[in-house]
Amino acid sequence: MIDTLTLTAERAEELVRGGELSSDELFAAYLDAIGARDPELHAYLHVCAPDGGGGIPIALKDVIGTKGVPTTAGSKILESYVPVYDSTVAARCKAHGLRLLGKTNTDEFAMGSSTENSAYGPTHNPWDPSRVPGGSGGGSAAAVTAGLAPWALGSDTGGSIKQPSALCGNVGLRPTYGTVSRYGIVAFASSLDQVGPVARTVRDCAYLYSIIAGRDENDLTTVDAPSVELPAADDLRGMRVGVPRELNDAEGIEPGVRDAVRAAVDRCDALGAAVEECSLPRSVDYGLACYYLVAPAEASSNLARYDGVRYGLRADGADFREMVMHTRHDGLGDEPKRRIMLGTYALSAGYYDAYYGKAQQVRTVIKREHDELFERFDVLLSPTSPTVAFPLGARADNPLAMYLSDLLTIPSCMAGLPGLNIPCGLSEGLPVGLQLVGPQLSENVLFRVGHALEQALGFDVVPERYRR
Amino acid sequence: MPGIERDEVLHVARLARLELNDAEVMRFQEQLSAILEAVARVSELDLSDVPPTAHPLDLENAWAEDEPRPCLPAGEVFANAPDRDGDYFRTPPA
Repeated sequence: MIDTLTLTAERAEELVRGGELSSDELFAAYLDAIGARDPELHAYLHVCAPDGGGGIPIALKDVIGTKGVPTTAGSKILESYVPVYDSTVAARCKAHGLRLLGKTNTDEFAMGSSTENSAYGPTHNPWDPSRVPGGSGGGSAAAVTAGLAPWALGSDTGGSIKQPSALCGNVGLRPTYGTVSRYGIVAFASSLDQVGPVARTVRDCAYLYSIIAGRDENDLTTVDAPSVELPAADDLRGMRVGVPRELNDAEGIEPGVRDAVRAAVDRCDALGAAVEECSLPRSVDYGLACYYLVAPAEASSNLARYDGVRYGLRADGADFREMVMHTRHDGLGDEPKRRIMLGTYALSAGYYDAYYGKAQQVRTVIKREHDELFERFDVLLSPTSPTVAFPLGARADNPLAMYLSDLLTIPSCMAGLPGLNIPCGLSEGLPVGLQLVGPQLSENVLFRVGHALEQALGFDVVPERYRR
Repeated sequence: MPGIERDEVLHVARLARLELNDAEVMRFQEQLSAILEAVARVSELDLSDVPPTAHPLDLENAWAEDEPRPCLPAGEVFANAPDRDGDYFRTPPA
């Protein structure tokens, strides 16, 4: 009997390589788990039949293009879209022998923090199905936590990997911008979008990152990443950990979240790290405003391609212009429409300097503040999300309240920095996520610190209601 | 500066090729006004000497080899097309 709730990808691969378990048996075990638990959770938009590969399975967020397998990005406008080529990350997974289990649910075009913006209905949190799994990558995060996949890929623009991992209680990495190819990914905001791994352990997360990272000639914004070292050390001797005041005391951080993160800070100290408070005076105060100008501006340009001409939905219209306007009205949901309009406004004549131009300058300020801190610290520590998983519907009618979900993840995204979420405890019976941020290309440091803390904290990643 | 008029919502929607009904215009006017008010704070900072950042990496001249490669066959290029006329995408008249 395979217990997919506790099996790590590392262990699964050992079992398959050693001949103790066949790749087909393993795949079937996940299909069984999906059959048993996904009707309640709705983590998957599409489940695959076993096809090729001799390795272990993986789930991919539905913004990741997969040849011959539907890729909807959670949008009606791509309901019938079946890519004719693989994204680079999908191809790299295949080349490693990984087998596609299915495509996971996402807020439409990865725009959201709860997965409620999916045109196909929300995903539910495995810890409490009346609550959201976070977003946009709620499907991948819920699938990993509920044992519906050993690991998964997500994509992160302002927190879409780290925040769902925090709310579902697993490990998620937003890699350094440029270390993972965006070729074949449905684009949202190109200067921010990054694909990254979601897993049950830091070691699995590091291993999956090593499979997908590295320069790609089809995406010339990519760079080569340093070789990944699977973390093994249990101590933090020699590590300098900064605790930015603004990220740890921001208004809206729940007391239970603060307490769990403070306990983890104390643990860093006990493990031998040098822990010191520090400050990001403007990054947190102005980060959200900066993000909600830059990302919608880029989105308004990227989503211009959905015009009913080459692929996707086409609505009727007497002439070309009417057809395009009807197609976009019928095919796009409210959140993409809001962001397209916001971005179009911020880029339009008369407003460009006041909005988009200023936001680009603020981005420099945020980058500089982080650069200065990394002269003194190896890693910065804070909560990932100000709150634990919130009830479905709680923020759905208030876009600004939803945007605040990403208050603590956005600043480092604007600076292109890698960030790792690990679970650090429970508050009101729900997981609390700890965010570790390092300088560009410091993934190995994040893995080391994350692994040592994970071992010391001993968080049980299996939701209480699934424990036997 | 914050706040957006009904005419501006319609103007922006036209620029972005989005058809909106009356209920949507009202909803988006209210929501976009609140969002613009929140993001307008980027103008509070003195940024006179700060250069803009468009991209987080210091990348310069990432070259690719200039070699011909096969592209997708026409059958695949048109596989997802809503309408087609031979090797052209067919649309309503402009």
